[in-house]
Amino acid sequence: MRLPFFKRAATFEHGIHPAYHKETGCLPIKRLAFAPRLIVPLSQHIGKPALCCVSVGQEVLRGQVIATADGFVSLPVHAPATGVVEAIGVMPAANGKMVDSITIRVYEADSQEVQVRTPRDIDAMDKKELLAAIQDTGVSGFGGATFPAHVKLSVPPDVVIDTMVVNGAECEPFLTCDHRIMVERTQDLIRGIRIAMKVSGAPRTVIGVEDNKPDAIAAIGAALPADGSITVQALETKYPQGAEDTIIYALLGREIPAGQRPASIGVLVNNVMTLAYLGRLLPAGEGIIERVLTVAGPAVEKPGNYIVPIGTPLRFLLEQVGAKSSAQEIILGGPMMGMTISSLDVPITKGTSGVLAFGKGELPAEKPRVYACIKCGECLKVCPKFLNPSQLGLLAAKREYAAMAEQYNLDRCFECGCCSYVCPSHIPLVQQFRIAKAVNRESAANRSTEAATK
Amino acid sequence: MSMELRTSPHQVSDRSVERIMKHVVLSLLPVCGFSVWQYGLSALALLLVTTATCLATERLLNRAAKQPSTLNDWSATITGVLLALTLPPAFPLWMAVVAGFVAIAIGKALFGGLGFNVFNPALIGRAFVQAAFPVAITTWVPAFSAQRFSEFVPTTLTAPLMMPPDIVEWIKLQAVDAFTGATPLARWKFENVVASSYDLLTGVVTASAGETSAILILLCGAYLAARKFMDWRIPVAVLASAALTAWMFQLYDPAHYPAPTFVLLSGGLMLGAVYMATDMATSPVTPLGVWIYGAVIGVVTVMIRYFGGLTEGVMYAILLGNALTPFIDLYTQPRVFGTRQQGKKK
Repeated sequence: MRLPFFKRAATFEHGIHPAYHKETGCLPIKRLAFAPRLIVPLSQHIGKPALCCVSVGQEVLRGQVIATADGFVSLPVHAPATGVVEAIGVMPAANGKMVDSITIRVYEADSQEVQVRTPRDIDAMDKKELLAAIQDTGVSGFGGATFPAHVKLSVPPDVVIDTMVVNGAECEPFLTCDHRIMVERTQDLIRGIRIAMKVSGAPRTVIGVEDNKPDAIAAIGAALPADGSITVQALETKYPQGAEDTIIYALLGREIPAGQRPASIGVLVNNVMTLAYLGRLLPAGEGIIERVLTVAGPAVEKPGNYIVPIGTPLRFLLEQVGAKSSAQEIILGGPMMGMTISSLDVPITKGTSGVLAFGKGELPAEKPRVYACIKCGECLKVCPKFLNPSQLGLLAAKREYAAMAEQYNLDRCFECGCCSYVCPSHIPLVQQFRIAKAVNRESAANRSTEAATK
Repeated sequence: MSMELRTSPHQVSDRSVERIMKHVVLSLLPVCGFSVWQYGLSALALLLVTTATCLATERLLNRAAKQPSTLNDWSATITGVLLALTLPPAFPLWMAVVAGFVAIAIGKALFGGLGFNVFNPALIGRAFVQAAFPVAITTWVPAFSAQRFSEFVPTTLTAPLMMPPDIVEWIKLQAVDAFTGATPLARWKFENVVASSYDLLTGVVTASAGETSAILILLCGAYLAARKFMDWRIPVAVLASAALTAWMFQLYDPAHYPAPTFVLLSGGLMLGAVYMATDMATSPVTPLGVWIYGAVIGVVTVMIRYFGGLTEGVMYAILLGNALTPFIDLYTQPRVFGTRQQGKKK
């Protein structure tokens, strides 16, 4: 219920208010130097890995395609720098796995101009051509899910999208790269929105921005077209405002039916950075070879937002930003949903939205004492999906994983971390839920193979 | 450089079991202080003895179970303090030891400790001594007696395993005006005398050690609720449902049934609603469940007071609410996000 004389920012129910640490939000985007070697994984998106089309020893130009898309749900990979292919083979990735990657030794003397580009007249292109062009840019969702942008924008013929939601909430603490993109690349963003609206057929767009970024809301508001098809709406600063379910509910008051995609209620959600990069790359005819990300945390001397070439090893990045020797915990992404990494030799990829470094004791105590659930019920009050984490946790302790899914909707959990955040007993709820989901997936797979062999 | 590997979320709030429990204890201090000011040494001794017994029992059972000490989670302290506040101020100390032991051993440890107990431990302790020592638990003493800071009430120092002495003569010696030896609830029930709301609010009435001043308990509870260490919905539900029930009875027969304000302010309802019913481990977790739970407690309290053999019904009402909690939780599971329109579509 909204009273006319009391203008309130749009929001969702439940959620938490963590300390936001958005100090880097006022720092302009800076360019990071090129690392001597760039490690470019062939799979930086959800879908089939790209097919390598260069060979060891071959010279590559900045912006050149070095791996091509393997089918529709796949993306090409472009050379992030001019140099020579040094190796093609498995390298460690951020998730701890070894993945096929192309290692490029960067020519130090090169000016690193973008050499390969095919400028396009986007106004003259139809939907199909635009979709193909979007795939050629290699852009995947920068919000974190890394779903190929052209797949997301390909609306099936029987689905009508009435609204596109543009996600500028950036609700994760510490991260401010979306914020800077909205402020500094507003025109790119608007252009990207126009392209996405044309491709998806959405007649209107709502941009949701948390109200802790008034300068971003003002910048977008000043750049909006006069026809009113695109609007910007302030959102309450609350985590997880930027999740798909919550931002749609906050802006449109619609709930995505459990287990379905936003398209089922006529909505398409895109992240601001994804669209801003589309708006920049598509007319220029370039591929995605770098991205803006936030480097922050108490163990970083020069925190800020940096344009980082794809494939930059983390070690090089941390050296450049003056990581302190006390740094002990490195998080890729935000502190609520990001992951810690075990090696500094992993590269920055298209999906890396932030690098946070913490020293010992700068995050909560290593292993706080875990108590039994005291049933305070706080987790129920913060869960944005209205689940019962308390009960799920009690079942997880008894390894009743099947019951968790069947009776308590475990599969609706998207691991936002609100329950673990508030739990006074320090129960690792989210981690228990991940394990439960993995066990359930495995037993489902086992059942289907059993059924197949019978 | 050694790398720390952990799973998200990496940022957590400063909420902890210890912190919540510590604040509950802190918020109880004014209530304890008021009780000691009213009843003097006997109330102080009672508080110390129940708390010490609860802590000692907890530690003993930790050791017996070969588990690390759970004293520093402060929950045993809460049980001890709350237990004392529900007992008559001059309750014999040896009986208080029994109550404290039963509260922790049977009320909590037997179920598996903090979080696993079904019933409020302090109320289990009180229910036990109510059944075991019916006379001692209904022997009331006057507040503000002249010698309250220099001597104990004779019953306090009853020798272990002995019945407390008769203190009618001792009370007469105290020369406190208009002391009847009966609680406002008993006086209403048996003499149809309704105490003034002002006396009930400020606590100048005959009652258990900690349930006299309704306003003090409300203020302390408001602090806890404001700091989010307590679910405000539970006391609101308990008090609202008790008031509503009482109001309906008064409409039916104003000559016999007292005003809702009397029901709200008398006896242990305020202490029970704010501090006992809100015990996290024994109250529902679901948003709808807490309202139902509170409503049940409110209604049952009034029913016992009006139609039961006892003058006070809060304790049994809360224990009944505790017993219903798993059931309430099961049938009030929250509606999962994204299921709102399903009924319409199908």
